[in-house]
Amino acid sequence: MKLESKVPTGSLPDKWTEYKKHQKLVNPANKRKYSVIVVGTGLAGSSAAATLAELGYEVRAFCFQDSPRRAHSIAAQGGINAAKNYQNDGDSVWRLFYDTIKGGDFRAREANVHRLAEVSVSIIDQCAAQGVPFAREYGGLLDNRSFGGAQVSRTFYCRGQTGQQLLLGAYQALSRQISYGAVKMFSRTEMLDLVVIDGKARGIVTRNLETGKVESHSADAVVLATGGYSNAFYLSTNAVGCNVTATYRAHKRGALFANPCYTQIHPTCIPVSGDHQSKLTLMSESLRNDGRVWVPKNPADIGKHPTQVPDAERDYFLERLYPSYGNLAPRDVSSRGAKRVCDEGRGVGAGGRGVYLDFAEAIKRKTKPKVEALYGNLFDMYQRITGENGYDQPMRIYPALHYTMGGLWVDYELMSNVEGLFVVGEANFSDHGANRLGASALMQGLADGYFVLPYTLTRYFADVKTDRKPVDHPEFKRHEEEVLTGVKKLLSIKGKKTTTEFHREAGKLIWDNVGMSRTKQSCEQTVARMKELRAEFWENVNVPGSHDNLNQALERAGRVADFLEFGELLALDALTREESCGGHFREEYQYPDGEAKRDDEHFIHAAAWEYQGGDKTPLRHQEPMNYETVKPSVRSYK
Amino acid sequence: MKFTIKVWRQKNRTDAGRMAEYAVDGITPDMSFLEMMDQLNEQLIKAGEEPVAFDHDCREGICGSCNMMINGQAHGPERGATTCQVHMRSFRDGDRLVVEPWRAAAFPVIRDLVVDRSAFDRVIQSGGFVGVNTGGTPDGNAVPIPKVDQDRAMDAAQCIGCGACVAACPNASAMLFLSAKVGHLGALPQGQPERKARVKTMVAAHDREGFGHCTNIGECEAACPKEISTEFIMQLNRDYITSALSAVVRG
Repeated sequence: MKLESKVPTGSLPDKWTEYKKHQKLVNPANKRKYSVIVVGTGLAGSSAAATLAELGYEVRAFCFQDSPRRAHSIAAQGGINAAKNYQNDGDSVWRLFYDTIKGGDFRAREANVHRLAEVSVSIIDQCAAQGVPFAREYGGLLDNRSFGGAQVSRTFYCRGQTGQQLLLGAYQALSRQISYGAVKMFSRTEMLDLVVIDGKARGIVTRNLETGKVESHSADAVVLATGGYSNAFYLSTNAVGCNVTATYRAHKRGALFANPCYTQIHPTCIPVSGDHQSKLTLMSESLRNDGRVWVPKNPADIGKHPTQVPDAERDYFLERLYPSYGNLAPRDVSSRGAKRVCDEGRGVGAGGRGVYLDFAEAIKRKTKPKVEALYGNLFDMYQRITGENGYDQPMRIYPALHYTMGGLWVDYELMSNVEGLFVVGEANFSDHGANRLGASALMQGLADGYFVLPYTLTRYFADVKTDRKPVDHPEFKRHEEEVLTGVKKLLSIKGKKTTTEFHREAGKLIWDNVGMSRTKQSCEQTVARMKELRAEFWENVNVPGSHDNLNQALERAGRVADFLEFGELLALDALTREESCGGHFREEYQYPDGEAKRDDEHFIHAAAWEYQGGDKTPLRHQEPMNYETVKPSVRSYK
Repeated sequence: MKFTIKVWRQKNRTDAGRMAEYAVDGITPDMSFLEMMDQLNEQLIKAGEEPVAFDHDCREGICGSCNMMINGQAHGPERGATTCQVHMRSFRDGDRLVVEPWRAAAFPVIRDLVVDRSAFDRVIQSGGFVGVNTGGTPDGNAVPIPKVDQDRAMDAAQCIGCGACVAACPNASAMLFLSAKVGHLGALPQGQPERKARVKTMVAAHDREGFGHCTNIGECEAACPKEISTEFIMQLNRDYITSALSAVVRG
């Protein structure tokens, strides 16, 4: 299969401008004839649904939560990047572009990333106009902080709740369109299948989570904005409901899944406290602006109270290893640093899996009220969970799964290989390469939804006639039937193990073997073990209740069934990418100092997997990442 | 730790519902309240019963999904916390914990502890936004905003829409929720053009949904996980009167 990226010709900075200048448009009177389904109402989905409705398209939006405002974008704390250069510190669109490309370890598509950097500035303007309460200086102008992987301050924020405030901005824009009747909203509704007729995405099959009713929705285009797959690892910082079901089921209907092995492990999470743990909590990376990360130099000191370890006996390992970025080294680099010192037996806290994040020096330099104003809610959160006070003693942190860079393959127009199926936000693969920089996820979600998709979808519609299939079309009926059969099958097994038990076991398997570092052997073992787990699941899972009412155990079982298939794909991708890059670290491929060793000769491409059905090994396709402007170099933060 | 959990069970919207009692054992103080509920549910599934349905998602106090009355208190005994942020160290070993859904006419029970809070969405749809489309907006720094105003907007904007204010209020009033949105947008220059119309339409929507009136009891502020101040209700009342006295207000 030839993967056509459809990147426009011309010089990199002009591609998007030229695209917009020459793209075909749809006359306002004709727009209302086109209908769009948007699945997921996080930053990408809400902003897309609102904007498409403003343009005049008929929009239906879906979310599994009880309200579109609850999507997991809401949990992002730190901020959103934009190349505004308000701080006069040398920022520019080029620099944001370059930082993002380099941060992604030269595995992202140049043209997409440049476009992202270009529209970043409009996002801030848009959100400010919506009333998003961005932090401001006393003079009334917008404030910025700095974030990992950048040497400028370009991150805009709303205390520690940036994701929430941006999502509320998008949710309110969406609510406004709902009130006008321009968007029809379906909450507590989960997409369980994609309907493809004659090679085109024609609609979806959903299950109403309250009544259990399975039904079809037909449209001229389907947009998936359904987030990432971190919960394949069971423990992650994602919300418990986050899942891969929508994208994976689209994959099973023909959409290629790209780079599933690119997962991001976030360095500043609260360590695991026991087996009961249902999820992990992240504390914003912004803490690393002022907090210093250390462990005792001597393993004998790990049991001591941290304040009893003198400065000379501490190893500020990030500052030591990466002097120019220090505690603000990118996430993958910082996470591996923490793993390395813990592997050396110098980790602190439960199970020796933790490092200190110390604010003593910042409090001395800035005063406690200033630190409180910047990070107060994060300190509160830490205290609530651990019972410890981060002002009086250092916090303990450890890396955890946080974000997934892989996703459905899309071209420059954000359309997957299935015509009419668009994928935006974390659910697609395109902008972050092998690693995402802090404060870039919010930027990408809103860029796609507010400023990219509304153009590219219009271009698509300009070329196709509206051709909605009726929902009683035999293909819709067949898909509905299959969904219902699947749901009933889960309920009929009546085995001995609960869904959570399977999920926990599979998640631990993936975390241990395809987590922060991977080997050929660990990936192979995972592929083999996943097959066994899956077979056991379909024979021995116990899903209580019935399908015609609210049944959360059933919802979860369907999602876990997909994770059990998807986990194998993740491990397979990690196995076949025989290099280390960004968040993908294969132990066989590293420099003597432990840094990731890329293999540009063989792997400067996106791997896009094609589903082959059943237990057949999926096909691996490649899209070469053509670096026309940037020259890939060794990604060093020293 | 051991606990007796007395919890509301209701099959669907029309079922009468009843309290049921279960015993849980092997709970550790570091477990969150929802992790304790997870354990209860695993236990129920193993025993061939249906688990207790409850809304939850982020489990870090920001999405606003979780909603339980624990021993008569919305979100349980901790101040400024959602249900998911309550840990079992807040209770004594052997305690009997009574767990109920939010109770309000505007929040009908769907199943067990799950309630329908779509009334909140409709209140926002009635005017809780700034009426700007995507594109064509001025530069983010074009309108300087005094830091005090920005901070005030942020104080109000923190509302997570969980509904604890309604559950705690003897009148089942949603005035704190409503005033948080009116207060957030009203504190910013961007919210001024629609300020008078917004307060009018939003209060009307609030009443239409069947929420009660505010009688200054203050339970809402005490129950609010984001500790939003009832000062915003005062501001709401002032805005409402100003709006009512204005000659021409759309909406």
